[in-house]
Amino acid sequence: MIEILDVCKAYESGNRALRDINITIEDGEFVFIMGRSGSGKTTLLRLLIKEEEPSSGEIIVNGMELHRMRRRQVPRYRRNFGIVFQDFRLLKDRNVFENVAFAQRVVGASSRAIRESVPEMLKLVGLSSKYKSLPQHLSGGEQQRVAIARALVNQPEILLADEPTGNLDHQNAVEIMDLLWDINQMGTTVVVVTHSQEIVEQMGGRVITLDRGRMVSDEIR
Amino acid sequence: MRISVLWYCLKQGLKNICRNIWFSLASMATVSACVFLFCLFFSIITNIQFMVKSMESTVGITVLFEENLSETDILALGAALGSRKEVKDMVYISADEAWESFQTDYFAGHEELAEGFAEDNPLAGSASYEIHLYDIEDQEDMVAWLQKHDGVRQVNYSSAVAAGFVSFNRMVGMLSLVIISVLLLVAMFLISNTISVAAAFRKQESQIMRLIGATNFMIRAPFVVEGVLIGLIGAGIPLAGIYILYSRSVAYLTERFQVLSGVFEFLPIEEIYPVMAAVAVGLGAGIGFFGSHFTIRKYMKA
Repeated sequence: MIEILDVCKAYESGNRALRDINITIEDGEFVFIMGRSGSGKTTLLRLLIKEEEPSSGEIIVNGMELHRMRRRQVPRYRRNFGIVFQDFRLLKDRNVFENVAFAQRVVGASSRAIRESVPEMLKLVGLSSKYKSLPQHLSGGEQQRVAIARALVNQPEILLADEPTGNLDHQNAVEIMDLLWDINQMGTTVVVVTHSQEIVEQMGGRVITLDRGRMVSDEIR
Repeated sequence: MRISVLWYCLKQGLKNICRNIWFSLASMATVSACVFLFCLFFSIITNIQFMVKSMESTVGITVLFEENLSETDILALGAALGSRKEVKDMVYISADEAWESFQTDYFAGHEELAEGFAEDNPLAGSASYEIHLYDIEDQEDMVAWLQKHDGVRQVNYSSAVAAGFVSFNRMVGMLSLVIISVLLLVAMFLISNTISVAAAFRKQESQIMRLIGATNFMIRAPFVVEGVLIGLIGAGIPLAGIYILYSRSVAYLTERFQVLSGVFEFLPIEEIYPVMAAVAVGLGAGIGFFGSHFTIRKYMKA
């Protein structure tokens, strides 16, 4: 469960990115965080993965109080999350298999575990046949599927997707959202940050809207 | 640590070297220069020390006494001399023994010439002590101590050779320390630069690693491995070179200057190489480790 309690974030420049945010996300939920550019969506994600500290307020994830967390505990904490970015952030010098395996290698997984789980993940995202391809030889939708496989391969409890369809055409965007929905149905909490009204309307579900750092609505559509 | 993690770090370290091959080669060359000079000076210093040690066993001090000094007084001084810790061994040569030795050396075959002195030892005032020290560096102090004693007529010692060797050894030591220190700093600086370039090149990868939950160790290790590999390769090249160079130089010098073989005695390569190689490898790995470790700590903080 994610609890965001009275969280404010102000930068040294004086810019107040978030003001009095209160959000609770239960395990297994599918939540959209919507808002225009500069509304504070990405800042909220950065606070969740402890890339930044809130100026005030508390964030509690699966019972872990982030403000009490020591620096050396952060890497292990981040393994609770799988993260998907708008620009995919795949390693261009490694093929699909290696990009997914990378997430396991860097957390010290054994070669055997990698050999078992990577093909499973590629099957889940429908890219089993392209495991040898380099990212630049894949379409945008396929690259985002690789990124999702990489985010899921360590079996995180929460999947954070920051504008996952931002670089995709409508058809690919719908397919990616369907994939995220399927992943949520398997028990993973999914938080999708987007500014696309179209995608939100099409998918429905819980939608939290931010505007200039304030939460303006939290509704089921 | 898992073998797979170790393998991963090693592989990434090697990849980094290949990606920035020119920077890596420049760093290796500087480490090589540093290690080469270390090996060169190490060889020189070790050999000089060896020669000085050899000399210590052959070069001695001879103390001659006043003619009127009684043998009892001479032996009393000998006892005081024997109790000094820097004295390795000492031999007392009485006036009679000195004369006998002289006769053997200079009148061999013409003993009748010495018979004229049968009743009157011409070397009556030549009782002496021949002293060998543990450390030739103590020679000056020992001579000064002997000279201030009443009854000591003359102290013979070869100060020039011993002092020459000792001061030359010190000079080489200081010079090598300065040059190696400067090269060490240059090598560290170059490795640091190479690692900075590698870190910039892999910035996105490191960012992804951080977000996935990789530990600082896992993020930094490939860069440190890269630094250590550069250091080790940089040390390996001059080590191979110095092995050949030393063996050939010693063979050449020994053959060319056979006349001086009594003074210039060189250690065989097998005797100095294990220590030299161990220190050189440690030096190379150390330069690589510290150069990369501190750079990457500065660049990447979780």
